[in-house]
Amino acid sequence: MADNKTPFVQFSEVQKTYDGEILVVKDLNLDIEAGEFVTMLGPSGSGKTTCLMMLAGFETPTEGRIMLGNRELNNVPPHKRGIGMVFQNYALFPHMTVAENLAFPLEVRKLSKSEIEGKVQRALDMVELTSFGGRRPGQLSGGQQQRVALARALVFEPDLVLMDEPLGALDKNLREQMQYEIKHIHEKLGMTVVYVTHDQSEALTMSDRIAVFNDGRIQQLAPPADLYERPENAFVAQFIGENNRLLGTVEEDDGRNCAVRVDGRMIRAVSVNHAGRGSPTTLSLRPERVTLNPEDGSLPNIFDAKVEELIYLGDHIRARVSTCGDDEFIVKVPNAHGHQTLAEGAEVRVGWAMEDCRALDA
Amino acid sequence: MAQMTDTAGPVMTTADGTPLKQALARATRRSKIRAFLLVAPLLLFILVTFIIPIFDMLSRSVSNPEVQEAIPETAALLADWDGQGLPSEDVFASMAKELSKKENRREIGRMAARLNFEDSGFRSLLNKTQRRIDRVKEGPYKDALIAIDKDWGETRVWKIIQLMSPPTTLSYYLNALDRTYDQDGNVVMQPDWKQIYVQLFLKTIYVSLGVTVACLILAYPISYLLATLPPSRGNLLLILVLLPFWTSLLVRTTSWIVLLQTNGVINDTLVWLGVISDENRITMIYNMTGTVIAMTHILMPFMVLPLYSVMKTISPSYLRAARSLGANPLVAFVRVYMPQTVPGVGAGSILVFILAIGYYITPALVGGQDGQLISNFIAYHMQKSLNWGLAAALGTILLAGVLAMYWLYDRIVGIDNMKLG
Ligand SMILES: Nc1ncnc2c1ncn2[C@@H]1O[C@H](COP(=O)(O)OP(=O)(O)OP(=O)(O)O)[C@@H](O)[C@H]1O
Ligand SMILES: [Mg+2]
Repeated sequence: MADNKTPFVQFSEVQKTYDGEILVVKDLNLDIEAGEFVTMLGPSGSGKTTCLMMLAGFETPTEGRIMLGNRELNNVPPHKRGIGMVFQNYALFPHMTVAENLAFPLEVRKLSKSEIEGKVQRALDMVELTSFGGRRPGQLSGGQQQRVALARALVFEPDLVLMDEPLGALDKNLREQMQYEIKHIHEKLGMTVVYVTHDQSEALTMSDRIAVFNDGRIQQLAPPADLYERPENAFVAQFIGENNRLLGTVEEDDGRNCAVRVDGRMIRAVSVNHAGRGSPTTLSLRPERVTLNPEDGSLPNIFDAKVEELIYLGDHIRARVSTCGDDEFIVKVPNAHGHQTLAEGAEVRVGWAMEDCRALDA
Repeated sequence: MAQMTDTAGPVMTTADGTPLKQALARATRRSKIRAFLLVAPLLLFILVTFIIPIFDMLSRSVSNPEVQEAIPETAALLADWDGQGLPSEDVFASMAKELSKKENRREIGRMAARLNFEDSGFRSLLNKTQRRIDRVKEGPYKDALIAIDKDWGETRVWKIIQLMSPPTTLSYYLNALDRTYDQDGNVVMQPDWKQIYVQLFLKTIYVSLGVTVACLILAYPISYLLATLPPSRGNLLLILVLLPFWTSLLVRTTSWIVLLQTNGVINDTLVWLGVISDENRITMIYNMTGTVIAMTHILMPFMVLPLYSVMKTISPSYLRAARSLGANPLVAFVRVYMPQTVPGVGAGSILVFILAIGYYITPALVGGQDGQLISNFIAYHMQKSLNWGLAAALGTILLAGVLAMYWLYDRIVGIDNMKLG
């Protein structure tokens, strides 16, 4: 993002350690534009919640600064940051009714009674819980509690809303439904959202941009399609979607493309992130980009393979084959009209285009 | 057509046709029996050591067999007496006869003790009469008895005997509430110098309330700290809080004596620091102050534990949520955290209050003259004055008070909301 206008949220060179020994967050730089929906995605323990808590003010960065708008946040207490937050376990106040929960942020801001009533009612309407104002959180289903938590984080109209795995406790169907609802509310209200999840399909569905976390660092920050199509390192390729990995050594490299020796064979690939000739590299290749039994000469990479296992999945068939010294090589065969019938143990050939095969760090 | 049943609808049955309810009852019977067998020993224990004594106490507080057993005939005759002047010659005759029976000695002794609770002249009157009754060979008995002791010529004496004749009485309760029967059987206040129990009940309640509030104020922050500390350090502190439980009650109480007495550690330190002069040492023990301090200390764990166990379950994310919604730390604590601790506050307070209201050993040791509470007087009547009926009546009133507290709490907070652990 080579914009010269200042970003809405800015982490610069932020580091965090809890115990003085291990850096949980290492050198975090992240700019978020106003109105963006940014997701922090990463495996457990990668520091996502820690980042969110630093932004919300419940943890202080050990090093570096966090800016919100033009304010430096480091010394602003949480209640003065004006950031809405949805917690994983919702944190609805059990001794208050739904309406009282929603009124809470407005009461502490000393709004007038009538104003509060109006806003609470609108918030309830927004999450389709109009008639539930008098209930206690304990009398609501998980999904309803989730919506109340969302409404409560939005009712005081914050410019920035943080959500830490808000859908973690819901079942799959409800989760998908809520993903769309949150997305729609975001589109309607236009606030900035920082969302934390370790569910990649959730991240792909909802986000404008995704920051993939691992080991206290952002591995890649990109829109969902880029992340999937053009992973920049082996971790991202592996973490997002399904991926075939082939380990080899770079033999030739012209800066854009390269030839990699894998198990005695030469594979042509796009140079993305390797250290040049003679260095080890990981080739990344999506299973759906592999063609089964291509015509000779139609693709630069064509190799012999043996079918090890077939799994029928309705719309496609997953074939595990062994090729190029890898017996975990997955091919997705679309279940299209006139698709090839395969048998386990059969000798086949697999091929792929050079652009689909990315040479990444080892 | 399904038959109409109470539940308005066809009866649900299992595959083999037994009604579901019956099948369920059969299936759960075994586990019910098992559950009963598991609690049976404790139930028996409680029955023998708790329920039966309580009923014994209740019956003792109203039972009044002494006069009946010692002088049954006289009591029967007296029942018809109109209470004017003196009873008839028959009554005097029967009294003389029954007092002279040698085999009745023990019963008469008990009657004397019983009547002495009502009027302190009775023991000597009866003893004297019994000693000299053998000299009276024939009537008129009225004159003979009055000759032995002129008290027999007083209407009041006979009234008291008449009043105490029925096998049950409320007089112990009246006594316990500083009231008594007058000559005509009306309930009146005790003379001023005998009015102590109502004052004492009130004092006991005030002290218990004071101790409860002191415990709450001191325990709340500690419990909060314990509940929010990381478990490793929290557990250590909790053990320190529970440490008093491992020390004998007597040791704890006497250590307060060492600390608080006039020549104790605290006074010495204050004098040494020059805060007070040597002549003006503060009396902190053998009075109410000592009682309150020592009881607060001893009952503290009973407040900390329920508070801690409730606070432990309150997720810190509530406070965070409140802060993120714009509440400053104080508002967040008061409006979000404290209401959620009400079950613990209620449980702890009721526990401490109930324990305090019946507390005996600490006031006895450090209370001195004015630091005595109602249970010390109950003990006094059990052990020294041997007025078990009065002790039972005082105890019953105490029990009723505690039950009333419990009921009140249930009405206001709800017992279901109470959380002890
Ligand atoms: N309060 C704390 N004290 C000490 N260490 C902590 C604390 N909170 C988190 N950590 C450590 O920091 C690291 C990152 O934790 P964080 O909660 O940010 O991970 P996360 O990415 O949110 O993981 P998850 O997906 O499981 O929620 C972990 O190794 C964790 O053990
Ligand atoms: Mg987390």
